[in-house]
Amino acid sequence: MAEMRPPVESGIPDATPYMHPTMVKNYGKWVYHNHPKAGVLYHRAESGDEIWTVKAGTQRQMDVYTIRKLADIADEYADGYVRFTTRSNIEYMVTDGSKVEPLIKTLFENGFPVGGTANSVSMIAHTQGWLHCDIPGTDASGVVKALMDELYEEFINCEMPNRVKLSTSCCEINCGGQADIAIIVQHTKPPKINHDLVANVCERPSVVARCPVAAIRPALVNGKPSLEVDEKKCICCGACYPPCPPMQINDPEHSKIAIWVGGKNSNARSRPTFHKLVAAGLPNNVPRWPEVGEVVKKILNVYKADARPWERMADWIDRIGWPGFFEKTGLPFTKYHIDDWKGHRRTLNASAHIRF
Amino acid sequence: MAKKMHETPLLDQLESGPWPSFVTGLKRLAKDNDMSVDLMGQLEASYRTKKGYWKGGTVGVFGYGGGVIPRFTELKENEKPVFPDAAEFHTLRVQPPAGMHYSSKLLRDLSNVWEKYGSGLIAFHGQSGDIMFQGVTTANVQPAFDEFNEMGFDLGGAGPALRTSMSCVGAARCEMSCYDEAKAMRTVINNNLDDMHRPALPYKFKFKFSGCPNDCVNAIQRSDMATIGTWRDNIQVNEKIAKEYMASHGMEKLMTDVIGLCPTKAITLKKIGEVSKAEGISSVAVDGTHAIQIENHSCVRCMHCLNVMPGALLPGKDRGVSIMVGGKGVLKIGATMGTMVIPFMKLDTDEDFEKLNELARNILDFFAENALEHERTGEMIDRIGLVNFLDGIGLEVDPNMILEPRNNPYVRMDGWDEEVEKWNERQAG
Repeated sequence: MAEMRPPVESGIPDATPYMHPTMVKNYGKWVYHNHPKAGVLYHRAESGDEIWTVKAGTQRQMDVYTIRKLADIADEYADGYVRFTTRSNIEYMVTDGSKVEPLIKTLFENGFPVGGTANSVSMIAHTQGWLHCDIPGTDASGVVKALMDELYEEFINCEMPNRVKLSTSCCEINCGGQADIAIIVQHTKPPKINHDLVANVCERPSVVARCPVAAIRPALVNGKPSLEVDEKKCICCGACYPPCPPMQINDPEHSKIAIWVGGKNSNARSRPTFHKLVAAGLPNNVPRWPEVGEVVKKILNVYKADARPWERMADWIDRIGWPGFFEKTGLPFTKYHIDDWKGHRRTLNASAHIRF
Repeated sequence: MAKKMHETPLLDQLESGPWPSFVTGLKRLAKDNDMSVDLMGQLEASYRTKKGYWKGGTVGVFGYGGGVIPRFTELKENEKPVFPDAAEFHTLRVQPPAGMHYSSKLLRDLSNVWEKYGSGLIAFHGQSGDIMFQGVTTANVQPAFDEFNEMGFDLGGAGPALRTSMSCVGAARCEMSCYDEAKAMRTVINNNLDDMHRPALPYKFKFKFSGCPNDCVNAIQRSDMATIGTWRDNIQVNEKIAKEYMASHGMEKLMTDVIGLCPTKAITLKKIGEVSKAEGISSVAVDGTHAIQIENHSCVRCMHCLNVMPGALLPGKDRGVSIMVGGKGVLKIGATMGTMVIPFMKLDTDEDFEKLNELARNILDFFAENALEHERTGEMIDRIGLVNFLDGIGLEVDPNMILEPRNNPYVRMDGWDEEVEKWNERQAG
């Protein structure tokens, strides 16, 4: 056997060689920014150096031809440098303001929408889904493509009261993260267990330990060591499925989609917040998930019309109250909206504060 | 030329519409890549049946225990893969340059390697911040890694390990940046790579680095240890830009958007002559008559007024970081945010960065020794209480760590006098 090459444990590379020279030169010395138009940011450094950033949406899951096209555009307009945002938008930095409009034109012509800055609906943070995940309840790239088609105008314009960040997640683990509007799979039936496989595939004590409500216990089923689920206790979260694939939680009909709102990552004004459940029971309706798009657009339209400048989704709801949110959006309020998880009484209205 | 494409009537519907289509990209790859042809076949099957068909396994590179996400197809007929050329479709997680900067040459070089060994499908980036090189056979994992590694790139984290980190654009292009985010991230991660490459922690551990409390990389909600830039002196002002803001926005906007939305009511409108000269006050004239006055001791560094009046108001000069510990996602106790454990530490000198590194190592070690299997730091703190955690890593209590003191008497307090003594000593020191 040939001698194996030991890895060079180099870790995170220094970004300096890959960073636009004007950013290297003025590193840590920026003093001002503004927002000339949707998709464009302007920054000025202490030295007087200026840089315009043009932001464009991508499909995140990119083929090498798309990447090479993006690289060609960087060479033509942006001195050969780009960066990506955490939401998979690409940013081109130009030091010559006259290049901004031709760059925007070229990006649009090549199918990359320019936008996603300031008060726009930004690209949806998303996960892997059926394309590559081992436990997905739905697809990720497809949901995002379908939704961003619907929200395209809100991406390329900046007409929202404040930033709107969206995320999608293909299971309740919620890899997509907290967001103003989060779209997350919600299973509604307990796992279906293949008892022939459990003993060989699953480390049973750790599966038992994973369950948040202690609904799983070891059992002999048809003479085989397996696991059983107390279906009255089961909250259908799917936590048992990753460590024990024979406990299939995904179901073409009963794995539904839920919508959560009011997550805020930033500390601006209020402390960061987690998103809250507002709608559920939406079908996993491939390939374009129209029912999900309808609810998301409904929420966005009401927010856009009703929120004041600088109010994020959470700030807006804080002002109008949850009864106001459900009334204005027309979304039904059910017993499932009332939390019963640990610490839930903090979420109840322990006051006589009521809006009429 | 690759083999014949499968019929994909459902995926085809994701080619129309204005947003860039990953399906169109997959089809471009499938023209001369059999793996991509079969990937589309399997993905179409998932769309048809609404089921996923990947299972994990064990695939890695020589010398490392993690960083590769193995995927084997489960879609089989008579024990044989229905889509054999995508039967192995692993992902390499690779750590990007800090701040996700790329030259066009680098993008092309990375693409060329992935075209040679893999499917040609790359995600910029995964939710942890990795470049995800998706779709490679078991046999090609090692040679693909070797080429990336020779280019100066290293695998990221997976499994119960230190995970790939993220820092915001920060000092590279943002006036809100309060420290060198990239240097902090590289210091902490690159000194602890053993925990990334040889997974042996109770569960995953994530560090994230945001240059200011706008927290653009979502560190408080998504990382076990969040490093957030902040400052402790007065907000800096620029009168010229403040007046430009006023000229273009007017008094109503100033009152409503800036003063009215300050969460601690730390900003007031004053006549220029009546502005306080006291310590802890920032003020700036916005026109010939009026100024805004900021009481910095009441300011919580939320960033709102700086966001509304960029350049007119800037972070102070005495900058550093806050450290928050215990943010995590849903499993198993529900999502938790990071908790303030160090309200302020400087991060200027190499010694400061070394202190940050020591703190990170200390917290990692405490987590490794005290967390239960599959327990995140936030869950461990939930179980043992913040005070035990602070004891374990040698940090003193601070009222910035809480929203309010306890509201129940259920605690044994016979150590009260000693604790008061400690507090007094610290205050005197």
